[in-house]
Amino acid sequence: MSDTQYNYKVVRQFAVMTVIWGIVGMLVGVLIAAQLAWPALNFDIPWLSYGRLRPLHTNAVIFAFGGSALFATSYYAVQRTCHARLFGGPLVAFTFWGWQVVILAAAITLPLGFTSAKEYAELEWPIDILIALVWVAYAIVFFGTIATRKVKHIYVANWFFGAFILTVAILHIVNSAAVPAGLLKSYSAYAGVQDAMVQWWYGHNAVGFFLTAGFLGMMYYFIPKQAGRPVYSYRLSIVHFWALIFTYMWAGPHHLHYTALPDWAQSIGMIFSLILLAPSWGGMINGIMTLSGAWHKLRTDPILKFLIVSLSFYGMSTFEGPMMSIKTVNALSHYTDWTVGHVHSGALGWVAMISVGSLYYLLPRLFGRTEMYSVRAITLHFWITTIGIVLYIASMWIAGVMQGLMWRAVNEDGTLTYTFVESVKATYPYYVIRLVGGTLVFSGMLVMAWNMVKTITAGKAVEATIPPVAAGSGLDAPAHA
Amino acid sequence: MSDFTDGFWSLYVAGLTLVSIVACAVLLTIQHKKRAPGQTVDTTGHEWDEDLAEYNNPLPKWWMWLFWITIVFGLVYLALYPGLGNFKGVLGWSSTGQYKAEQAAADANYGPVFQKYAAMEIPAIAADPKAKVMGERLFLTYCSQCHGSDARGAKGYPNLADGDWLWGGEPQAILATILDGRTGVMPPMGAAVGGPEGVKEVANYVLSLSGAAHDAKLAEAGKAKFAACAACHGPEAKGNPALGAPNLTDGIWLHGGSLAAISAQIDQGRTNLMPAHKDFLGPERSRILAAYVWGLSQVPAGAK
Repeated sequence: MSDTQYNYKVVRQFAVMTVIWGIVGMLVGVLIAAQLAWPALNFDIPWLSYGRLRPLHTNAVIFAFGGSALFATSYYAVQRTCHARLFGGPLVAFTFWGWQVVILAAAITLPLGFTSAKEYAELEWPIDILIALVWVAYAIVFFGTIATRKVKHIYVANWFFGAFILTVAILHIVNSAAVPAGLLKSYSAYAGVQDAMVQWWYGHNAVGFFLTAGFLGMMYYFIPKQAGRPVYSYRLSIVHFWALIFTYMWAGPHHLHYTALPDWAQSIGMIFSLILLAPSWGGMINGIMTLSGAWHKLRTDPILKFLIVSLSFYGMSTFEGPMMSIKTVNALSHYTDWTVGHVHSGALGWVAMISVGSLYYLLPRLFGRTEMYSVRAITLHFWITTIGIVLYIASMWIAGVMQGLMWRAVNEDGTLTYTFVESVKATYPYYVIRLVGGTLVFSGMLVMAWNMVKTITAGKAVEATIPPVAAGSGLDAPAHA
Repeated sequence: MSDFTDGFWSLYVAGLTLVSIVACAVLLTIQHKKRAPGQTVDTTGHEWDEDLAEYNNPLPKWWMWLFWITIVFGLVYLALYPGLGNFKGVLGWSSTGQYKAEQAAADANYGPVFQKYAAMEIPAIAADPKAKVMGERLFLTYCSQCHGSDARGAKGYPNLADGDWLWGGEPQAILATILDGRTGVMPPMGAAVGGPEGVKEVANYVLSLSGAAHDAKLAEAGKAKFAACAACHGPEAKGNPALGAPNLTDGIWLHGGSLAAISAQIDQGRTNLMPAHKDFLGPERSRILAAYVWGLSQVPAGAK
């Protein structure tokens, strides 16, 4: 526990839990995907029913898997780019154990049916309070480490991690404000359409800051590291960072097109979603172009494959998102499985792949090895995952567009051509294909778990000594070098 | 929570919106830098974690164009459509207006198709093959969620094809049910029949009415207590369509015919609702629908 060493223990803890929670969350996803094709798979047991397991799946993959990945990578990157040990002493361990308790509480209360009924914020108020405490501790640890840094400039990855931590704190506290009515029951502090607006201001920024800004921080550390190349453009990172921060905040209303939300708010949600396209692509360009001069590495290095393909999916889903926010397109896509496909192209393609790539970089370094136990297993994982994701999102695109078109088809007398159940029946084959895709992605995580266990048993937990700061980058460096 | 009705908030949100968009434009403008011909790009000179560095390449031109296009589109959209606080937009568009216009267009387009049936008797509509097809489509869209695609109902939702009617099966009664809906109320009768023991006795008596398996002794005791039920179900328990009180002698059970289900029904009562469709479907479509539903339980002459 010396100040001359980085804190790798908490990084190891979060890294290992990322893989475990990834497996758990995706297993629940596979089960509910199977239930959509074969509803009898809920076995008539209430806590295995779709309505209760779906929030368990989303919470497990976003906050348990994604959250642990963000904790692990941000703690690793912020120490190494600040040349300082994590700040906050016991608070560091509190963030790990506190977060695990939050996840366990979610895994127990959600199947039992305790929910605030706010999407991606289903957990009841006592758990929400624990989340807020862990998050404040996280902020103290992270920003404290930045404050005690030995280098003058704050590395770009840390801007994104910092924005993510700060914004998620605000989003969580504002949206979860509620009046308790018992230990596991509460009522939202807002009512009606205002409640809906606050919820989707939260909901879309959970995407924007939890699932985007945080993972862009990951991208900005692990891609240049793995590629061994400098970041493509500092200037681009400034512009797309600030533009992203400015515009994401406004995009929420596109979840409420053609609802009771006033027209002006819907318009703002739509135009800011469109303006978001360029700032989002700025991150993709900066990551992919970092590889210029090292393209050949992509052929042989499966970790880079994960990282770069994740950016391709990021680019795709951040093009698709603005398109879907256009009211006319949304009138077709809303409430269909297209939305589900869109979410998973971001969640599996971008978030999961960048996390997995980063972990493959991270794990051997935490256990005193130069690479994972089996590099071929990484390649296998990459291809299983990629094929799985493509099957998943392609089937959901087709299903979604088909549903949208079936729902709006009318006969010559104005009656609907198809009943709702006909659209459900027509979706059946796509639900099965989606299940195959999801199962592939899940199997990839099992391969990763095997590889991780082998790497850990073949290696040994190590601590790293903080290296000296490069000449001219220390605290005494000129402001504009 | 405040409804933000004060005029200040309109200016506030419009100002914030414009500042956010203009900030993007300003950011793009000040960070716009061309690379001089032949000039090579260097790193910023900062270094982290042994080998992390950053080049300072200029912003890609095509990317800047993309950004500008979305900014200009946003501003033009805000001029044309509602978006800046109370400003309604040059086009005067509103989602309510769009909805009303689409409905008016649909009425103009499809109205005549239904108009022709407005003056026809319901049995005559039921005999019209074209109306039957339309009625089926309407049924599958608006009724099948509760009554099932085959109209045979489910627990709590009456079977519409069996000729048994809670509120009357005449064409006009069915039309009234569709237009105005129905609220079936059975009050809790536990206390009125003498507590749990009385409930058991009456339930057994009710079972005996349709010849179902029952305890004869309890049923005998329940017979006297059934007087409390006769007000609605009639002394012979044949029901009363004016109240929606079901016939208890025909072996058809809307909420289950087991001893437990009937006992619960007597003890706790029930309110069952069929929503009104008048405002939603309008009289013409409701009429075609009534004809279709009525036709479901009509055995065509000569079919036997």
